[in-house]
Amino acid sequence: MRAQFVLSEIGVGLRRNLTMTFAVIVSVALSLALFGGALLMSQQVNTMKDFWYDKVNVSIFLCNKNDATISRSCGKGAVTDQQKHQIEADLKKMDIVETVHHETAEQAYKLYKKQYGDTDIAATITPDQMQESFRVKLKDPEEYQVVASAFADRDGVQSVRDQRDILENLFSLMNGMRIAALCVMGLMLVIATMLIVNTVRVSAFSRRRETGIMRLVGASSFYIQMPFIMEAAFAGLLGSVVACGFLLLGRYFLIDNGLALAEKMQLVNFIGWDAVFTKLPLVLAIGLLMPAFAAFIALRKYLKV
Amino acid sequence: MIRFDNVSKSYPKQNRPALRDVSLDIEKGEFVFLVGSSGSGKSTFLRLILREERASTGLVHVLGKDLARLSNWKVPHMRRQLGTVFQDFRLLPNKTVAENVAFAQEVIGKPRGEIRKAVPQVLDLVGLGGKEGRMPGELSGGEQQRVAIARAFVNRPMLLIADEPTGNLDPQTSVGIMKLLDRINRTGTTVVMATHDQNIVDQMRKRVIELEQGRLVRDQARGVYGYQH
Repeated sequence: MRAQFVLSEIGVGLRRNLTMTFAVIVSVALSLALFGGALLMSQQVNTMKDFWYDKVNVSIFLCNKNDATISRSCGKGAVTDQQKHQIEADLKKMDIVETVHHETAEQAYKLYKKQYGDTDIAATITPDQMQESFRVKLKDPEEYQVVASAFADRDGVQSVRDQRDILENLFSLMNGMRIAALCVMGLMLVIATMLIVNTVRVSAFSRRRETGIMRLVGASSFYIQMPFIMEAAFAGLLGSVVACGFLLLGRYFLIDNGLALAEKMQLVNFIGWDAVFTKLPLVLAIGLLMPAFAAFIALRKYLKV
Repeated sequence: MIRFDNVSKSYPKQNRPALRDVSLDIEKGEFVFLVGSSGSGKSTFLRLILREERASTGLVHVLGKDLARLSNWKVPHMRRQLGTVFQDFRLLPNKTVAENVAFAQEVIGKPRGEIRKAVPQVLDLVGLGGKEGRMPGELSGGEQQRVAIARAFVNRPMLLIADEPTGNLDPQTSVGIMKLLDRINRTGTTVVMATHDQNIVDQMRKRVIELEQGRLVRDQARGVYGYQH
């Protein structure tokens, strides 16, 4: 089979069917961009989980002078040194506790300053507003309840918080977004497939003269079908290239520039470029193979060989 | 070359079979006219040879092969040894004369050097030398049919199937086409031609096979058209 002959046939076919080809490209691009986005999102969630679950565990916030007036659990005033020592000692006695870190109000203030910098909120905060706390790392993060029940009602303890809860909310939100993206992707993929089937049908019909002649002179079915499959694969490949562009631009504008989440949410460690790049071959492969397969199926129905 | 053994063909949703119990032999190098009124089964007969259809019962052998047992993917190879010419020429309107002929070689993957040599040769043979660059739309009906014959013959088939090749042509042009087919036949190619053209059949005095309502009613060497309209 001669490449130039086949390529010229593909070009003719695509141009003849320009609007439909365009529709195929757009729908493949959108569905694959969503697919890649969902992949990246789940990777983002996993990276964040790895990162945070390691660092964040149970925080026991102690009452400061302000809390004594606001918070009910701090009715007996700010935490005393003796209470602090008692809590720390009790924590260290527990088997499930791995490490205990005492964070002073001053340290909390510094960390806060570092995270929020020169924003307006940060300017209004003073060191005495910050709470002293024990950061407790558990051997098994699931045993949070044991710590909570032991320390929540103690004098001088404002609250016990499992910081995973805050993250869980975020993660479940991100997970939800990922699932939504996958659902939309599935829908777009169905649309793309139907468009491809229809494109092939129209294409096969408009070229029934050529294919009829090809059949008569003894062209193999592979030879007759090839241009149609290549057409679909080519349109799909264009679509997946566009999808790759979306993913790269997405990371660029969401994380580095534009929305610049990396700057605004410094606590979050975002996925790197390598994560995006490793997804691109998969996106391209699907963009190439899925339309080719759809075209192949459509040809069985619409192109008599 | 072609052998039908008790061949019948019925199409779904049609109570009358298109062919009924047809048996015949066509030898290598023969020139055979296939006559009969519309709906007599001529087209079905040709479609069975081309294996566009399969016989409902009976055996069809073409070029020594049992078509019922020929697997689908081998059909293209079988068709490469057949040339086909139709009433409506079936040329590609957006390709030149030479490209139309070359198309038959391109799709079976002939090397380009061979195509470049064979195309002018066969165009000379059909009397279209010098018209390689014309588009089919610029040619007369007779010339278009010559292009179609050139395309059918360029791969030097063993068997040429012609389905009313003169059906759209005036008598004078038809004579030219028949001379051409006769010449091709003399190179050793078997020709099977379905036709309604009484004058041609009567003049050529070749073997005539007549079908009527799907039945073989006459098989006559050096025959005439036979029935009046």
